[in-house]
Amino acid sequence: MQHLLSAGDLTRDEALLILDTARELSQVSERSVKKLPTLRGRTVVNLFYEDSTRTRISFEAAAKRMSADVINFSARGSSVSKGESLKDTALTLQAMGADGVVIRHSAPGAARRLADWVDGVVINAGDGTHEHPTQALLDAYTMRERLGRVEGLRVAIVGDIRHSRVARSNVLLLTTLGAEVTLVAPPTLLPVSVDTWPCAVSYDLDEVLPKSDVVMMLRVQAERMHSSFFPSAREYSRRYGLDADRLARMADHAIVMHPGPMVRGMEISAEVADSARSTVTEQVTNGVSVRMAVLYLLLGGAIHRPGNQGEPR
Amino acid sequence: MHAHNHAGGERPDQRRAVLEGPEISRALTRIAHEILERTKGGHDLTLLGIRTGGVPLAQRLAERIERVEQRPVPWGALDITMYRDDLRLAPARALGSTDIPPEGVDGRTVVLVDDVLFSGRTVRAALDALNDLGRPRAVQLAVLVDRGHRELPIRADYVGKNLPTSLRESVTVLLEELHGRDAVLIGPAKPRPGAPESAAATPGGAR
Repeated sequence: MQHLLSAGDLTRDEALLILDTARELSQVSERSVKKLPTLRGRTVVNLFYEDSTRTRISFEAAAKRMSADVINFSARGSSVSKGESLKDTALTLQAMGADGVVIRHSAPGAARRLADWVDGVVINAGDGTHEHPTQALLDAYTMRERLGRVEGLRVAIVGDIRHSRVARSNVLLLTTLGAEVTLVAPPTLLPVSVDTWPCAVSYDLDEVLPKSDVVMMLRVQAERMHSSFFPSAREYSRRYGLDADRLARMADHAIVMHPGPMVRGMEISAEVADSARSTVTEQVTNGVSVRMAVLYLLLGGAIHRPGNQGEPR
Repeated sequence: MHAHNHAGGERPDQRRAVLEGPEISRALTRIAHEILERTKGGHDLTLLGIRTGGVPLAQRLAERIERVEQRPVPWGALDITMYRDDLRLAPARALGSTDIPPEGVDGRTVVLVDDVLFSGRTVRAALDALNDLGRPRAVQLAVLVDRGHRELPIRADYVGKNLPTSLRESVTVLLEELHGRDAVLIGPAKPRPGAPESAAATPGGAR
């Protein structure tokens, strides 16, 4: 594992190693000294071309808990607004000695392109509508903590699948880990290629709900929509929103997940979001542990760079 | 994992046992008594085994002390992976778990337990790890085998056996709980990753 670009690149063993490592590292967040010296002297750049609060802060907290130096770079107010290309920005960061780059970009595939240009480790923190592998890892981690396993779980992912990198990464990772995923959405909010995804598809939330161990609600990403995909917010919410009535029809042990940010009253009602079955805040906490694990596994040991075969620098 | 490979006898003919089960058992019993003597009854004692080889030894010492004093002694496990000084010489390692007994380490006399004392680098890492967990009143070190060749100013308070070795030799400790049999073996050194003098060896493996 040299980079983390796609949840689909992870083998089952690699994914489990990340989850097990995250579990050990979660202890650090409970101690009085919330810090490990492991990444001392390593520099991690958070390269964010899209607005993000929780992911950037989560990566920043994770890197700092491992004692890495963190440089935050947001496209707004930087040389990017003067027209600098991704490649030139990347080469600048490399010249400054970045060992790892965490990239969030609106273009699918941006992280993989970046990995070709820089020598250091690249971690995909969301590339457009394509992938968000650390989100899928923290979701799998949360399922494991709440339900004790991922293998054999029936997971429903509900909502705007078409524009969701979270859905794609989760389908890939959860399938690798042996869960059965069902996507639930109106036909207009499913990606065109969904028949090639390793999962089931349903248009009927009420039919899928009682059979699910995990219900993951997704936000309708209005900012990525250039035409109208459903008649009205009210109708969408009626058919695909999770409210108290629907929650009552779920299995007793089943949990409700949401990657955030939530739009209360749209895909999830406030009552459900605040219920004990909802794991929203746990997902945020777990995100830090999972990202610490990813940073440790990619940057903690010898870094393979072309031309120096993993020698210490 | 490594230990199992070694224990499985990659080159059994080249290794000879210098300690067998009964001698290891007697050495641990003596160390248990020494700990009680030095800590004046061990009322605030906590034993922490360094992963992986030190953990069963810490448990066995705790059992022996309990037998003598008729009261339980808190013991746990310390994983020092994140504090190693040779992390960057190899790909990232899997972590072991750190289990601190509910009494914690603040204000207690912590005895670190390991199987082999060699360069002292593992113990240095353990002291750093302990420092992040709290502030013990005192820290002592118990090892089953001291093979010499220290690279840091570190010594053990309790030693099962001093074993003069050359750097061309490796010392392997086998423990019932991990490898199905108790023994200390000396064999020819295997090439280790990183600097040849680097002492932090595979936990539970040959050192």
